Amino acid sequence: MNQGGPLLVLALCLLAPLAAGEIFYINVASQILIAAVFAASLNILVGYGGLVSLGHASFFGLAAYAIALLTTRWGYGHFAAILIALLFATLVACVFGAVSLRATGIPFLMITLALGQTLWGVAYRWADLTGGDNGITDVRRPVVLGIDLIEPTAFYLAMVGVLLATMAFLNVFVNSGLGMSLEGARDQPRRMRMLGHGVRMVQWLAFVISGFLAAVSGICFVYYHSYIHPHSLGLATSAEALLMVIAGGVATLAGPLVGAAIVVVFKMVVSAYVTRWVMLLGIVFVLIVIFIPEGVVPGLLRVARRFRVGAK
Amino acid sequence: MSLAFWLVQTLNALALGGLLFLLSAGFSLIFGLMRIANLTHGAYFMLGAYVGLSVLDASWGFFAAVLLGSLAIAVFGAAVQRFILARLGDRVLAQVLVTLGLSFIIADLCLMLWTGDPMQLAAPAVLSRPIEFYGYVFPGYRVFVVAVSLLVAVLLWFLIERTRLGAMVRAAVDDMEMARGMGIRAPRLFTIVFCLGCALAGMGGVLGGPILSVYPGLDAEMLPLALVVVILGGIGSLLGAFIGSFVTGFIYTFGQALLPDFAYVILFLPMIIILMFRPEGLFGEKSG
Amino acid sequence: MITRRTVTICLAATAGATVLPRRNAVSQSGPIRIGFLTVASGALAAGGRQLDEGIKLFLKERNNTIAGRPVEIIFADTAGQPANTRTKTQELVERNKVHVILGPLAAFEALAINDYIQQNETPIVSDSAAAEDLTQRKLNPWFIRVVPTSAQTTHPTAHYAATVLKHRRIATIADDFAFGHEHTAGFQRVFEDNGGKIVQKLWPPLNVADYGSYIAQIKRDVDAIYAGFAGANGLRFLKQYGEYGLAGRLPVYGQMTTVDEGILKNMDNYALGVISGGWYSAAIDTPTNKKFVESVRRDYNADPGYYTTGAYLGGMAVEAAAKAVNGNVEDKKAFMAALRKTNIADTPAGPLKIDEYGNPIFNVYIRKVERKDGRLVNSVIHTYPNVSQFWSYDPKAFLANPVYSRDFPPAKNLE
Repeated sequence: MNQGGPLLVLALCLLAPLAAGEIFYINVASQILIAAVFAASLNILVGYGGLVSLGHASFFGLAAYAIALLTTRWGYGHFAAILIALLFATLVACVFGAVSLRATGIPFLMITLALGQTLWGVAYRWADLTGGDNGITDVRRPVVLGIDLIEPTAFYLAMVGVLLATMAFLNVFVNSGLGMSLEGARDQPRRMRMLGHGVRMVQWLAFVISGFLAAVSGICFVYYHSYIHPHSLGLATSAEALLMVIAGGVATLAGPLVGAAIVVVFKMVVSAYVTRWVMLLGIVFVLIVIFIPEGVVPGLLRVARRFRVGAK
Repeated sequence: MSLAFWLVQTLNALALGGLLFLLSAGFSLIFGLMRIANLTHGAYFMLGAYVGLSVLDASWGFFAAVLLGSLAIAVFGAAVQRFILARLGDRVLAQVLVTLGLSFIIADLCLMLWTGDPMQLAAPAVLSRPIEFYGYVFPGYRVFVVAVSLLVAVLLWFLIERTRLGAMVRAAVDDMEMARGMGIRAPRLFTIVFCLGCALAGMGGVLGGPILSVYPGLDAEMLPLALVVVILGGIGSLLGAFIGSFVTGFIYTFGQALLPDFAYVILFLPMIIILMFRPEGLFGEKSG
Repeated sequence: MITRRTVTICLAATAGATVLPRRNAVSQSGPIRIGFLTVASGALAAGGRQLDEGIKLFLKERNNTIAGRPVEIIFADTAGQPANTRTKTQELVERNKVHVILGPLAAFEALAINDYIQQNETPIVSDSAAAEDLTQRKLNPWFIRVVPTSAQTTHPTAHYAATVLKHRRIATIADDFAFGHEHTAGFQRVFEDNGGKIVQKLWPPLNVADYGSYIAQIKRDVDAIYAGFAGANGLRFLKQYGEYGLAGRLPVYGQMTTVDEGILKNMDNYALGVISGGWYSAAIDTPTNKKFVESVRRDYNADPGYYTTGAYLGGMAVEAAAKAVNGNVEDKKAFMAALRKTNIADTPAGPLKIDEYGNPIFNVYIRKVERKDGRLVNSVIHTYPNVSQFWSYDPKAFLANPVYSRDFPPAKNLE
């Protein structure tokens, strides 16, 4: 498969913020990458699995809270905290997956929404543990191989590493037996069952993996911001990730990255120049649906193909 | 807790149920008949309330506010359906993206046009007479809301089950090709249904305004409630939406009074349990 | 296969990245740059708009000049989301190189950026966030605020209720989030220390659809209720309180934000008689305030409330400190020291003095909602002068206790 071109584009996109030299852009880029990992995790469910979830922030936020509590309140070191947070969030994903996958389609969406809102409500209410609306502050970034990640460039490079690892993993996953079964379950569930594939088991595994990756993203998020608030468990966060996935292009590897870039750039950069940036973002989404409803990445590829065909 | 207390809470639960039905009837209609999850619904509700507010400010009266609020959203919805949603067919993800995008636009538009100050929508005095019993007072307007919700439910049922329009819509949803073959103009039909659903959303906003007030963020708070009601009651079932509204009203009202620590999750826990064992909702039909 | 087109595109993209706009270091004779964290979208936008109005009026009155230097103010919309707040703060500090930050609006936003501010040593003047610990147990030498802690105004309100109106049994109902917990706790503590009893505490969620079922739970045999709501909830609650026949029958003590001028203007007769303690009221009868209120009415067709005045006072504090360092705000340490010594005798809210924790010592005005000239106002009926965040308690003992929360002080008199 022709991998060279897209990889080069990716490499240059990742190096661009460093070339720009300004800390502000490096920080925005870090946030894009964190959001991209989160969106990519949701893409497993939504894009490859055909299961639309509105509660994915559950694992994102849970892992973030775990890190915050473990490192600031319970005295754990970062390595142990990361392991425990990943384990905890993944276990919750196992449970939530089992519960949610008793249904498909819209009921599945509603159960994920309800589970997410339940977690949000618990975080809000159980203020003794979570700080409630005040959140948890003063989460320190780890020191990796002698380099303190408080330094923006170092942190950004760490995020690049996380993103590349995620992309590599997803590449393997999508082309693996499990990935193919998942897409089969999305497209032809009845046929899959008749052929002896356990549709629910495949979907559940995908749910757990997707939850794990969301937890990875949540851990990066809390380290970046040094702060966690129930908002990160809430519906708005889940919905934002869903928007990123759909806008970028489901079931593509680059789609979540592009979708994440669009949303983060609007929130962080465009908002400085345009007061009504929320409306503008909405208009962008509507335009995407009108002109490239399959998402930005597949849409641009389609346009590029037409150019190439036309040029011949 | 006295008998009067339980009575008031029952009335509160009924009123909340009525309000929830007015909120979710439109969503249920569009979702049930067209299988479109219209996530702009909360924003339509809020926009309808704001339009109603402006009509009241112009001193045109409450009835005009309800009418114009419904009409404004119906027109807006017709344009959205005709020019955007109709081209999407049944691509769920594109529908999600565009309906959410539209809700961003509408929410920001409301902020622009009406500023962000919270405002009260005044119900006419004749409907707001307090009802007194056993030393308790109950707002008359909430009784009106319950009555209206019953009326709307009956009218909708009649429309869908007993009119030619309803029969055509049901036919088109069941089997589009066959319906077309029989001369039913499906695209125009769908626009009409979507219009009606949006009109109900706008109307719900104005009618709910005197209870909820009008403020930015109303859309984001109402949408999950509408989803809960429709999914709990059962997709495609208007009766389900009706029953679901009142079940939700009761669970919420009594739940938070008896279990205040669970106030944030009282709506969602029962729903999770019900959906786990009956994913099609209380009154929905099992999909194959 | 890597095509020529691919390489061209990539090179173009990289080149494009390098021409992204940058800010250069600015010399000392340039403008004073103020970073203004506000909210322009979402549910908190109304408060953000009022903050904007307050600072704009302040700058307009001073011809956009502070301590002899022009002012450049950069507005940053955080949308009320803590992740955005941090990014915007970073942008203001790193890109715009602001000398001081005014804001943010919400308490959790201030907490989200607290450690960043400390690391980067940027002076910050909060014109809205009321979280207690920011000037108690989580001190930040680079932080001052010109609005009080959550409970600073409810301590005197409770004192007034217990000693002047001599109420004995009160039920509290407040938004179930940190601000609500803190101000209610303050009310409860002083009320019970002065012979009263809090017999019921209700906590409706911040985004509850409807207060009817909560109002029905309020005990009818109390002397009064304490209703602590923020944002739109004050209007919604009081309106429904009236519809359930309790307005006028069961007196209401409010938090300042429950009947803030910003939402009071949209309320009706059901709000009459609500007593609240506030660090400001548009009805304060001093020449300075009269002039201030007139200007706000003229420019914005509304009375100033919490946010408008908070931002205005923030401007005044920045100005006073800038003057104290002869305009040399680049000397961060001196500028911050001046900010922490802010002592302005005459502001629209009365005297403003910053204590050693970075929190203001103010007058607290006990206000009552009345109708004057056809509009609803918070008339001042009593003044407690020079109230600090600790009320009459010893600061060390106060700080040794846990921060005010839903469960502290513990409610021992619930029935």
